[in-house]
Amino acid sequence: MLKTRVVGVLVVKAGRVVQSLKFSRYLPVGKPEISVEFLNKWGIDEIVLLDIDATKEKRPPDYDLISRCAKYCQVPFSVGGGIRDIEQMSKLLKSGADKVIVNCEFLDRPGLITEGSKRFGSQCMIVSIDSMLKENGEYGVRSSHDLTGLKLNPVDLAKKAEEVGAGEIFLNSVNRDGQKNGYDLRLLAKVRNAVSIPVIICGGVGHVDHLIEGINLGVSAVAAANFFHFIEHSVVITKRALVEMGQEIRLDTYTTYERQEFDDDIRLNRRSEDYLTNLRFTYLPEEVI
Amino acid sequence: MLIAIVDYGMGNVGSITNSLKLLDVDSFVSNDSRLLTKADGYILPGVGAFPVAIENLRSRKLDITLTNEIIEKKKPLLGICLGMQLLAEDSEEQKFTRGLGWIKGHVKRIKAEHVRVPHVGWNDIAIKDANGLLRNIEQGSHFYFDHEYHLECEYTDRLIATCDYGGLLVSVVTKDNIFGVQFHPEKSQRNGLKLLRSFSEIVKESC
Repeated sequence: MLKTRVVGVLVVKAGRVVQSLKFSRYLPVGKPEISVEFLNKWGIDEIVLLDIDATKEKRPPDYDLISRCAKYCQVPFSVGGGIRDIEQMSKLLKSGADKVIVNCEFLDRPGLITEGSKRFGSQCMIVSIDSMLKENGEYGVRSSHDLTGLKLNPVDLAKKAEEVGAGEIFLNSVNRDGQKNGYDLRLLAKVRNAVSIPVIICGGVGHVDHLIEGINLGVSAVAAANFFHFIEHSVVITKRALVEMGQEIRLDTYTTYERQEFDDDIRLNRRSEDYLTNLRFTYLPEEVI
Repeated sequence: MLIAIVDYGMGNVGSITNSLKLLDVDSFVSNDSRLLTKADGYILPGVGAFPVAIENLRSRKLDITLTNEIIEKKKPLLGICLGMQLLAEDSEEQKFTRGLGWIKGHVKRIKAEHVRVPHVGWNDIAIKDANGLLRNIEQGSHFYFDHEYHLECEYTDRLIATCDYGGLLVSVVTKDNIFGVQFHPEKSQRNGLKLLRSFSEIVKESC
């Protein structure tokens, strides 16, 4: 059976991974290649790297950064930010990316996706949509030209993306970004029903329950960015919690946190003093592949 | 022991090189027939469409080199994803195209009645023969799949693992020294590395 993917998103600004809040404030995390190495070791199902400066600075993607990161990535690696033509896609794929994510250029020139899917296959093309809930309760889409949200509708855009040959939709939410209050489920249900290609949902995860809400709506992949930073083994613990709650996901790490107790916020409970004392005399063999 | 990754302009040779480097296995990427003959085993990667791939192989005369090394000299070969499909007799992708014909079977589109095509993501495999290539892989291990067409095999004894996606799909096939996997071991984390490790052991045993 195909499993719902748990995707780790790395937002890169000025060459550093950052936590992003509502697409406007940022908190530095560290070097991208180290983030990739950790997420990979902790058993993430896919890594998405978004270079949010590239389009703004009108520069091509940082191929060197991608090839440095790809070295540590043993899972599918999707890269976005600053992609404007086929040549750049080809260079990214050669640098070690497995899929490319197109956002702003898709709004201006949807034909790029058609060209790309003919050359590299549609499984390679992801269209990213940054949805915005405007004050009047309607949905808009944020682009680099219009930060207040164009008159475009995210659902129509998703349909258009499928039409022109995209293989997946990456649906993000500006209002929920970094707010830890869960995915925009209302919009997600609309988009999921409108298209037949896989949908990746992102934006707003603050608790494992939020991932489950996404999985229950039948998406192909649930993504989180800030949620996985600053916690040791964050992915392993999250996946263990998902399994405990009866979700069918891929569990494939040497460390599993089996028989471990969690509190309501999915933080590990402290083990008993006896257990910790014994641990000092237990031989834990290193994994050999 | 040296493994050659056949570069015919289709495929993520970089990812495979990275994986082999992690395992400390010597490898090189080449499309030069003379260099390729020096290797002890071969990996045939592949991402893209069948007709272009087979055309690329033939125009670089790599099919002749590979036939010589693999069918005559019995060196081990691992075909990955499209690289595995190329081993079949023919494919209906885009237009009817003849493959290398080393494994009896035809490449057809996945029947999309209840499932979304392409088949993208992590799926578990059911192993029928735990020797050879799958010696270190546990039953029900997860691998990363990403394909729209799949191989339909005629001889079931050559099929050593399947996965379930709207029906059984061939995941691993073998015939003597030839192996084919539909998933991407270079993108399947620990299980993928284990499988590549087993392949390198097979190559070592054969030389």
